[in-house]
Amino acid sequence: MTFFLQLVITGFSLGMVYALIAIGFVIILKCSNVFNIAQGHFVMIGGYLGFTFLVPFGLPIWASLLLAILAAIIMGLLIERLTLRPLVGQSLHAVIMMTIALATVFEGLATLIWGSEYKAYHGVLPTVTLNLGELSIPPETLIGLIVSVAAVAILMLFFRYTKIGLAMRATAEDEQVVQSLGIRATTVYAVSWVIACVVGVIGGILLGGVSGVMIPLADVGIKAFAVVLLGGLNSIGGAIVAGIILGVSENIAAGYLDPLLRGGGLANVFPFIVMIIVLIFRPYGLFGLVGIERI
Amino acid sequence: MSLRTGTFRESYAQDMAIFRTRLHWGMLFAFLILLFTCPLYFSDRILTILTIIGITVISVHGLNILTGYCGQISIGHAGFMAVGGYTSAILSAKLGWPFWATLPSAALAAGMAGLIFGLPSLKIKGFYLIMATIAAQFIIIWLILQLYGLTGGTDGLAAPRYKIAGLALKSKSSYFYLVMIITCLATFAAKNIVRTRAGRAFIAIRDNELAAEVMGINLWTYKLLAFFIGCAFAGVAGALLVHYYTFACIDHFIFMNSVWYLGMLIVGGMGSTAGAIFGAVSLKLLDEVVTIVGPILSAAVAPQAAASLGLIMRGLVIIVFLIFEPRGLAHRWEIIKAYFRLWPFSYQE
Repeated sequence: MTFFLQLVITGFSLGMVYALIAIGFVIILKCSNVFNIAQGHFVMIGGYLGFTFLVPFGLPIWASLLLAILAAIIMGLLIERLTLRPLVGQSLHAVIMMTIALATVFEGLATLIWGSEYKAYHGVLPTVTLNLGELSIPPETLIGLIVSVAAVAILMLFFRYTKIGLAMRATAEDEQVVQSLGIRATTVYAVSWVIACVVGVIGGILLGGVSGVMIPLADVGIKAFAVVLLGGLNSIGGAIVAGIILGVSENIAAGYLDPLLRGGGLANVFPFIVMIIVLIFRPYGLFGLVGIERI
Repeated sequence: MSLRTGTFRESYAQDMAIFRTRLHWGMLFAFLILLFTCPLYFSDRILTILTIIGITVISVHGLNILTGYCGQISIGHAGFMAVGGYTSAILSAKLGWPFWATLPSAALAAGMAGLIFGLPSLKIKGFYLIMATIAAQFIIIWLILQLYGLTGGTDGLAAPRYKIAGLALKSKSSYFYLVMIITCLATFAAKNIVRTRAGRAFIAIRDNELAAEVMGINLWTYKLLAFFIGCAFAGVAGALLVHYYTFACIDHFIFMNSVWYLGMLIVGGMGSTAGAIFGAVSLKLLDEVVTIVGPILSAAVAPQAAASLGLIMRGLVIIVFLIFEPRGLAHRWEIIKAYFRLWPFSYQE
């Protein structure tokens, strides 16, 4: 029983990080109709940025987080202006290929700058272990939980009370109406990319604190896609619920089934199995809108 | 399609012909003669490159039918190649089946895998379908690793060179001939499949799915048919690749290859048989440039520069083509041909 609860708690915290990354994806999708395959690579870059600021520069955690967010903002603006804006109005395939190409370039740049060795910064984060009866919650899990909950709360407030947040929600609803009201669609696109980069980078720093940073960290983006599909493509609340479901179920499945399988590694394919099942039986996810098409 | 002044089409057969004039036929035969005498003037190194290009062309033809003509975008093509490759390797290494039995079985097995993963395409499209095919790629590779007794898992599986009429195709040039014959047949098939009833149905589905269905095209049949044909081409390419290396291992079929096949289609031009060839040839040659320049750069800058150069260059090529020439090299080729058709009295439309 303790083993089970332990799996649930670590899974829950992992799931919140997945949800955070998935939210970045959903925001871009809602505001500019772009499926951002490179979301996982923002996470990877985030992990490396966290490593760079924490270990070689030796900065405290809050300064590292702020600097990484600043870098993410610049990255988001550049990506939107240079690569996605020329494709406004192009087909879905072109836009998706563009984000895949971006992912490839990021992978190359990360290899060039940081090399392909494993980088870890476990000990750098503050160490607080919370003990609840027989359960112990490791510090990385705790920090992950706190930061991701805070980030989600800030995003919720941003979308409810700020002018640009409201403009973004309106753009998701109907782009033409928004433009006729005098809101610049390009500004909304740029802000959505900046937010996606920032949440990706925060997620990367959190995951990097738990498991270290390597190029394959980008694969977490694929887990975020599974989360998004499960939750429904255009629902932020759905992303949070699905993130927690996926995180917990993945952890439990890996915890109980991995010893039975040769080589293990079930946690890596698990999101894909979830994805295929969701796609076959409920393609619009748990909370997504059912699309109606006309000729 | 416009023709040279003074050339007229007088019958339906002439109108439908791929090669219309004597010049076309002459150029075709000259090209084929040049292609099949390559082993006479090129070294083994260049023959290797040409063989790999031929295999890639077969694979990209399949992807072109599936994505370029039917509009069902797939980023799991390398996974389907793996199915074909492993099927052929297992049948020939463990059961000793001959070449003429293993190659069709490889195509059939990959096509069946395509059918299974194409099933969701009846309900979903666009991004959802992309995710399903990415999932196919990873699930196939995972299954190959799990079926350890059959596939050898991470250790790989030895796949002997094909034997035809008792002769093993040991040398580079003999394998080059085999691959080029199959590539030519595949190109012929790919060009003609899209001119049949099924091909026209694919194009209708790509352009507007609902309108196609209203016109009486059975989406279930034709989408699955597109998946089957596209993946069967991939299976043939996978089998040829595995037997060329005489070794089947998952490193030949990584996710990046799937992305890169789609990149070839974009650079070449989607929905054009010539585009598939242009894309495969130009990007494979670019890969060769990277393998030459990479080590030099590694020595000069940093040890990891070679690995990263390949990735950055592949990404940038796709980005540049998407922004500046989204219709690919095939479109550029048509423009050039139109210019010289009326040369020196060309005009811009």
